[in-house]
Amino acid sequence: MMAMASPYLSEQTSVSMIMRKVLLALVPGIAAYVWVYGSGILVSLLLASVTALVSEAVMLKLRGRPLRPFLLDGSALVTAWLLALALPPIAPWWLVVVGTLFAIVVAKQLYGGLGYNPFNPAMVGYAVLLISFPVAMTQWPAPLELAQAKLSLLDQLRYIFGRVLPSGLTVDAISSATPLDTLKTQLKLHHGMADIMAAPMFGTLGTKGGEIVAGAYLLGGVYLLWQRIITWHVPVAFLGMLALLASGCHLIDADRYAGPLFHLFSGAAMLCAFFIATDPVSGPTTPKGKLIFGAGIGILTWVIRTWGGYPDGVAFAVLLMNICVPLIDAYTQPRVFGHEK
Amino acid sequence: MIEKLFKFHGGVHPPEHKAESAATPIRPVPMPARLVLPLRQHIGNVAKVKVAVGDHVLKGQQLAAPEGMISAAVHAPTSGTVVAIDEQLIPHVSGLPDLCITLQADGEDRWIEREPLDYEDMEKTAVIEALRQAGVVGLGGATFPTHVKLRADPRHPVKTLILNGAECEPFITCDDRLMRERADEIIRGLQIMAYLLDAECCLVGIEDNKPEAAQAMRTACARSAVPVEVVLVPTLYPGGGAKQLIKVLTGWEVPSGKLPSEIGVQCFNVATAYAVHRFIDHGEPVISRIVTVTGKVARPGNFEVPLGMAIETLVQAAGGAAPDIDGFIMGGPMMGFKLPSPRVPVVKATNCIIAASPDLFPPQPLPMPCIRCARCADVCPANLQPQELYWFAKSQNFEKARDYHLFDCIECGCCSYVCPSHIPLVQYYRYAKSEIIALDRAKQAANLARERNQLRLARIEREKQERQARHAQKAMGAKTDTAADEAKKAIIAAAIERAKAQKAAVTPQNTDHLPPEAQAEIARIEARRSQAMEQQKE
Amino acid sequence: MVSALLVMVGLGLVLGALLGYASIKFRVEGDPLVDKIDAILPQTQCGQCGYPGCRPYAAAIAKGEADINQCPPGGEAGVRALADLLGVEPKPLNTAHGVPKPKSVAVIDENLCIGCTLCIQACPVDAILGAAKQMHTVIASECTGCELCVAPCPVDCITMVPIPETVSNWKWRYPVFEIKAVS
Repeated sequence: MMAMASPYLSEQTSVSMIMRKVLLALVPGIAAYVWVYGSGILVSLLLASVTALVSEAVMLKLRGRPLRPFLLDGSALVTAWLLALALPPIAPWWLVVVGTLFAIVVAKQLYGGLGYNPFNPAMVGYAVLLISFPVAMTQWPAPLELAQAKLSLLDQLRYIFGRVLPSGLTVDAISSATPLDTLKTQLKLHHGMADIMAAPMFGTLGTKGGEIVAGAYLLGGVYLLWQRIITWHVPVAFLGMLALLASGCHLIDADRYAGPLFHLFSGAAMLCAFFIATDPVSGPTTPKGKLIFGAGIGILTWVIRTWGGYPDGVAFAVLLMNICVPLIDAYTQPRVFGHEK
Repeated sequence: MIEKLFKFHGGVHPPEHKAESAATPIRPVPMPARLVLPLRQHIGNVAKVKVAVGDHVLKGQQLAAPEGMISAAVHAPTSGTVVAIDEQLIPHVSGLPDLCITLQADGEDRWIEREPLDYEDMEKTAVIEALRQAGVVGLGGATFPTHVKLRADPRHPVKTLILNGAECEPFITCDDRLMRERADEIIRGLQIMAYLLDAECCLVGIEDNKPEAAQAMRTACARSAVPVEVVLVPTLYPGGGAKQLIKVLTGWEVPSGKLPSEIGVQCFNVATAYAVHRFIDHGEPVISRIVTVTGKVARPGNFEVPLGMAIETLVQAAGGAAPDIDGFIMGGPMMGFKLPSPRVPVVKATNCIIAASPDLFPPQPLPMPCIRCARCADVCPANLQPQELYWFAKSQNFEKARDYHLFDCIECGCCSYVCPSHIPLVQYYRYAKSEIIALDRAKQAANLARERNQLRLARIEREKQERQARHAQKAMGAKTDTAADEAKKAIIAAAIERAKAQKAAVTPQNTDHLPPEAQAEIARIEARRSQAMEQQKE
Repeated sequence: MVSALLVMVGLGLVLGALLGYASIKFRVEGDPLVDKIDAILPQTQCGQCGYPGCRPYAAAIAKGEADINQCPPGGEAGVRALADLLGVEPKPLNTAHGVPKPKSVAVIDENLCIGCTLCIQACPVDAILGAAKQMHTVIASECTGCELCVAPCPVDCITMVPIPETVSNWKWRYPVFEIKAVS
């Protein structure tokens, strides 16, 4: 049967193709991640993927929806990967599983599945974990080159699944506060920016190691732009606004406010700019709306990082802006052909 | 001199598939024995039949006259006999039948008297009227009566006349071939149109994938005295839409709900200009057109086809269709529609016939939910938000759809073309549009009914008061007699009796006055029927 | 204490005067709610709702005497529109008042018509032409399909004919997809 009515032609494209390209674009970031932090992240990715697919299948079954098209569309995998990449790579297994379950079951399927979720599922999962298990969420491993002790893959597996460390090692030996966290605490102790930044965990652009991963995400983002999976509006508005606020305040008081490059290349800023904030389902659709949405995330991220209670504000910034999407869309309708503005 | 071209929002680049049919010259087809001519081949009122079954008509003779201003005449494409005036399947997307005149060709192909029109010595209104009687309509596919667009309106003088040779839809090459082969005639038609409209500037817009056609048109312009500029526009679907072409060439946007003439522009298809020339200079009304036959046929190409010829006969002329086809598309693959039957006739709107097969137009996968990727909005030439319109149409929230400018949608199909979820977006818009139109009509009908009901109630009230006044007067005089009432009732009763008798008498109507053999046949059938009924009962 | 009382009284007086002025200045002629309800009703004037026409039914709804689900020609869509206007829950059509039918028009069999004018008197929108002892005919475009003329006809020569679908009133269908079995 050909199409019921014209057009009878269609471009060779599909939802699963878009999702596959997003996954592909994440590969450089994952590779950099493994190189910097070790292969523990692969375990998280696998855990999240399996959890996402199984929970998606169960929910589809319960909701009486066809399994094949929705499991193969790849959207659950994208959510799983984004969440896993946002979590600490040595997080206990149940943290990954609980987060993914919440993202898929509540944030996605209970709202109606693919295309119907008003909030970014990965960020909902992340926010729930951050509020519920703050300690586990802040246990980040130090980059390999700074770590006092290097864990083998087997040791990492033991730690992830059993919280068992090789004898003689403590948690503090393998984990450290993140640079954003350190910055916040140190600033509270009235240390100067230059002193803080002198610590080894801070790199040339952002944070040691983290900046390499961020650079790899940027590379993936360029690929997505080239493939026209995403448009430039959200990343440019988000990163631009973040950089603008950071440089403005940095110029006023360089001792209290970190510079723009540090903000761009630390935390989840790059991941968010190209992979999270660009989620079409929970974002606005008009070009102007995308600019407002991106800029809003930029402002909120900077505000939360600078004055908020959490070291990184990307997840909350995205969720808060998700709430505004219908309003943004309604007020940024472009001028239709043949109409006055 | 056009110095700068403008851009319209969006657009797509579907595979062109024009090479298959553009290579060979326009071919004639043998006159078929039977022609079916729908009375509704144009936008506007249905033409009024002027002939009766059994009439012999000549080629070019008017068979149906235009009814009102927005209407067009229908003419005989060959000489022959009118054998039927009845409902037949027509090439319409509904697949419903409509009134048609069927003509049996006599093979002589004898013309009526043809005379060129000395249009420069005539009143312009008379020329317009002559064109109205000639059945000239927009031959790009829209079929809007051309004479309506050629009336010079003092309120909106037309300064710019645009000939549309963009032909942006894939597969279609009839305008391309026409421009290559008959450029002089097209320019001549343009000259007549420019004269009628007093246009100051004439432009021909041709997409840059047709360099030969543009060259031919430029040569023809150089030969004629008319100052015409042939402009190559970028190949981008739907750049051939009238509003889009006007925007590209002039930078002006036709305001929503308005006509191009209101901003001083008028746009015609090149084939329409050719038809105007044929009528004015040769006295030939519109009885044929160029049709591209392509897709899975043996020898794709362009044909000069008499209107009313069956599509299947035309496809035979192109060498026949491949065995794996699953239907014929009339128009292009982006905006055309699947014909309800291969036996429907070629009409004035038939610019292209595509023999469609699954490998040419692969079946669409089942639609997935909309992921709001807004690719549809990126390609929409009207700069609409198709994903929003889709929600409103799907949830039958028609008021909201209208607020989001549903009626500015030109149904070009770009949104469906790029949708990664394979949602038939245009289908939803068509559905919503026709529902809204039907609701508006129902509303109008309801308003009319309300008004008539109120008038009636007012009338009854008035009559009651008058009666009361009369009664009051009569009460003074004599008592009314009831005898008159009784007499009236008796008359009604008698009439009822008569009607009952009549009903009984007229029931078997169609079997009266038959020859004895037929009567006997009927008796036999009745016997068999009662026998069958008996058997059924058992 | 006294000043507070005075302020309150003064405020009351000023606001009262304002309200009084507004009620005169912005007075609405007629009952706007009845008009709004009447605008939603299909104006078939068939009386199936139990009232002698659409406007009386609208007035009854406005007064709260009639329910919103008594109009079969308006159908479920009509009930929804009324519920939306009045801010109440939509409810299914009350089938005691009839069921929705395809839109039809009355057609008089002109061979049988005796010219009694009874149908003309019954027609709520004056859509039947004719005079005593003259054959009658229905103006199809004005007929609302109310069926009120059918019953009075003494010779049963009026039939309700559904309006056929033609090229001019044809509508695009809602896109429906063939459902594949869940694998």
